[in-house]
Amino acid sequence: MFRYYLRLALLSYKRNPILSSLMVLAIAMGIGACMTTITVNYIMSSDPIPQKSEQLFYVQLDSWDPNSPAREPNDPPDQVTWTDATNLMKAKQAFRQSAMARSGGVVEPENGDSKPFMTDIRLAYSDFFAMFNVPFQYGSGWDSQSDDNRDMVVVISRAMNDQLFGGENSVGKTVRLAGHNFRVVGVLKEWRLVPRFYDVTTGAFDNTEDFYMPMPLKESLELTSNGNVNCWKRPAEDGFLGFLYSECVNFQMWVELRDDAEKQAYMAFLNSYADEQRALGRFERPNNNRLSNVMEWMAYNNVVADDAEIMLWLSLMFLLVCLLNTIGLLLAKFSGKAGEISLRRAVGASRRDVFMQHLVETGLIGVIGGIAGLGLAMLGLSGIGVLYGDLANDLTSMDPKLVAIALGLALVSSILAGLYPTWRSTRVAPASQLKSQ
Amino acid sequence: MLTMTNVKKIFRTDLVETHALKDFSLQVNEGEFVAVTGPSGSGKTTFLNIAGLLETFESGQYMLDGNDVSQLSDNARSKIRNQKIGFIFQGFNLLPDLNLFDNVDVPLRYRGWSASERKQRIEHALETVGLASRQKHLPSQLSGGQQQRVAIARALAGEPRFLLADEPTGNLDSKMAHSVMELLQDINQRGTTIVMVTHDPSLAAEAGRNIFVRDGQVSELHEVNTFADVVNG
Repeated sequence: MFRYYLRLALLSYKRNPILSSLMVLAIAMGIGACMTTITVNYIMSSDPIPQKSEQLFYVQLDSWDPNSPAREPNDPPDQVTWTDATNLMKAKQAFRQSAMARSGGVVEPENGDSKPFMTDIRLAYSDFFAMFNVPFQYGSGWDSQSDDNRDMVVVISRAMNDQLFGGENSVGKTVRLAGHNFRVVGVLKEWRLVPRFYDVTTGAFDNTEDFYMPMPLKESLELTSNGNVNCWKRPAEDGFLGFLYSECVNFQMWVELRDDAEKQAYMAFLNSYADEQRALGRFERPNNNRLSNVMEWMAYNNVVADDAEIMLWLSLMFLLVCLLNTIGLLLAKFSGKAGEISLRRAVGASRRDVFMQHLVETGLIGVIGGIAGLGLAMLGLSGIGVLYGDLANDLTSMDPKLVAIALGLALVSSILAGLYPTWRSTRVAPASQLKSQ
Repeated sequence: MLTMTNVKKIFRTDLVETHALKDFSLQVNEGEFVAVTGPSGSGKTTFLNIAGLLETFESGQYMLDGNDVSQLSDNARSKIRNQKIGFIFQGFNLLPDLNLFDNVDVPLRYRGWSASERKQRIEHALETVGLASRQKHLPSQLSGGQQQRVAIARALAGEPRFLLADEPTGNLDSKMAHSVMELLQDINQRGTTIVMVTHDPSLAAEAGRNIFVRDGQVSELHEVNTFADVVNG
């Protein structure tokens, strides 16, 4: 009977194309608005590294002002100082660890036809690539010796390799960056990390950087700080090194801890490190050190912005309004079918038969509305892309799961909207209609 | 076949109560062709609706085919309508988007028969009314008389034992009306019991028995060709 009902539903659509299309449009608009915001929220809040998100921990050390917390009510700063970052790296107490920061510099292409351009640089340690499952096209990351020796090496993104070397294997080649020559040791495959959780201070939805180099080079090459820098007291000395060794926080610290025992041991290490620093005159606040895994860290930083959540609720309410309109249109449509319903009831259709027939009709409208809604959602997402540019590139695509959610939402909501009109259609008194036909 | 005893039907609104049938009693035997006549508002159509299980009633008893159908559930009444009763309406009530084949198929869809069995019955029914060659046509492509023939084919396709016709020729000219009557008589002669409501004395005269309804009650029963006498008083 389902195929029969489906055929009747298509005929009914053709009989009332304007009314049916209005319903499709109402559902499509509701679904389109909903799916746009659901997609943005879904991608914003998705686990960017599901295999390891429980094992990667962000380190917070409370080295802040003894008279006021870094963040109310009593939170430690969201980055660490150069001193602490390098100390923790030297201690090597985690299975893997990498302090990091964003810097920048001018790239001078060898090809004289290309102009120099600014680029972002990720300063990190050698474990960075293994910790974050960074995929390589050519070569690999540098090793820990290169960290210690402050080797002039870089890993470049695929896009940068395409731009500078035409996509060829550039391992061993030289690139001039920030006024120095660097040897390329690795080229990444396409790597999009959404959200880019390892440094939310510079934007959780920024692209990953095009250059990666050993972080100790920051000191020797006096590389700039392109990320957020927060200070609670003035540097004791002037100049680059005075600022670098100040109590200003500008560095992210990530560690990989494979199980709870390792996590507890590392936490104990952090506390004893803080005690040690307190003995040296730093860390004047009580111990308030923290380890947050990836999802905890994203939640702590409100990576899913409050206004995105408000937009989600608004769009759900908009869908509700669209569905209320659909209910009205369905009531009008089904009341226009009273003659047909009466005839079917007279010749033997049960109320259940009539209900199922109209439920399929409602479902068909829902599915068509859902498909049209997907189109509108794509438009909405590309609109976000236009408004926010690169910032939103990764937010503006739907995966198959979201397409399935859209169609499911359309089907369920249209059927819910259709329940009352469909039920009403089964209550038509056939005798009153048949004589008047 | 059909026995109604003291059936009472009241239509109620907030302001008015209308007694459509008052102690309505009637028996129709198997194989009969009964014409029901009477003035407008006398209760003819209400009787037909109750007979076709499209309406419930306040009191009394209705026996159909030996079974008491007075208190059946909505589902049970649908099933009986589907299996035992065929309907023919004044306005044909064909579905305009469906071709003749699909229109005749409507009651059979609820019968649970296979596609091949339905096809065979539909083709036979359309053949019986002389429209086998036009099964792919839409109702709008047919004359009024032909549309009523399709409606008759739809009523016949499930081989009901009981055919209810409400003014089946009311929308037809006299030539077409007599053609439809001939068809109904032919169907009746093959064993189907027919109850027909009509305003037309000449058509009523062609039925085997006439029943005159007045003020919701059977006024008098007449044999063939006595309807005119009743009308003339």
